[in-house]
Amino acid sequence: MSTASSSSHRHELANGIKAELPIALGVIPFGLIYGVLALAGGLPPALAQAMSAIVFAGSAQFIAAQLIGAGAPGVILLLTTFIVNLRHLLYSASLSPYTKHLPARWRWLLAYLLTDEAFAVTVLHYDGETAVSPNRHYYFLGAGMTLWVAWQTSTAVGIFLGAQIPASWSLDFTLALTFIGLVVPVLKDRPNLGAALSAGLAAVFANGLPFKLGLMVAALTGILVGVWLENLSSQQKESL
Amino acid sequence: MNLWLVVIGMGIITYAIRLSMIVLLEKVEITPTIKQALHFVPPAVLSAIIFPELLQPGGTIDLSFSNERLLAGFLAMIVAWRTKNVLFTIAAGMAALWLLQTI
Repeated sequence: MSTASSSSHRHELANGIKAELPIALGVIPFGLIYGVLALAGGLPPALAQAMSAIVFAGSAQFIAAQLIGAGAPGVILLLTTFIVNLRHLLYSASLSPYTKHLPARWRWLLAYLLTDEAFAVTVLHYDGETAVSPNRHYYFLGAGMTLWVAWQTSTAVGIFLGAQIPASWSLDFTLALTFIGLVVPVLKDRPNLGAALSAGLAAVFANGLPFKLGLMVAALTGILVGVWLENLSSQQKESL
Repeated sequence: MNLWLVVIGMGIITYAIRLSMIVLLEKVEITPTIKQALHFVPPAVLSAIIFPELLQPGGTIDLSFSNERLLAGFLAMIVAWRTKNVLFTIAAGMAALWLLQTI
């Protein structure tokens, strides 16, 4: 391996870490709250922390902690996890063109690190890239690892501090704010704006569906509207 | 059922979903339509998470001025648009929320 290519690995890795850091900061309060909630739901501290490493999916862990607290059976927990995390199917498909040339161990590792936050940062970076780096998977790795460390650490602190974190601080709001910071700058044209607005409104109206199914319905609505608007505007350009 | 086994099951399900298309689409060339559709995944999914947080903080739709999260979130959107900076967005949104809650 030449020194030039290894420094480029490092460059991509460092850029991925740098891009993910502010997002990781926004996730820390969310991790703290998960820790508090998991203990309140009756999970033993070791299991609460293990769930962060084994499942590594914030919203599914939140819902699981609440369901366990409510005494829900295991089958419901598994089914809920499946539906809540179905959106990762879309992430997986989105990133597949960027990972298909990689050896299996890389793809297995990156799949483990494929969270909402790592996905959003990585795919938005890839979309905006002008030149394709052969080491771009290190960017994904850097972003994914940064979020992993932030999540494990913050849930551990949350479990340790427990009820000392008052709900009145509204720390859970940082998650929505982080996503606002990520998505708003992307809404530069009508198809993207339409996709965001329609998905958001669909999510509000479908919020009553069981197992958070509304999220999936909303995501698909947004995607369809985005494609429709994009095709519409390209047809208009052709007819001019 | 043992809770540890349930959590391991949750982990396997989550990982399988995340790995699925990365493996399945390895040898398949994605059609242009699918590619175009996948391009809208980030705005669609992220907005689907954001909107209920702002419009239904208590579980029901609240479009009034007493909905602090809606106002703080709206301000955060303006900050995000102007600065394109996630940290500024979080700081502005949280500051606005805390301020509105104390009023």
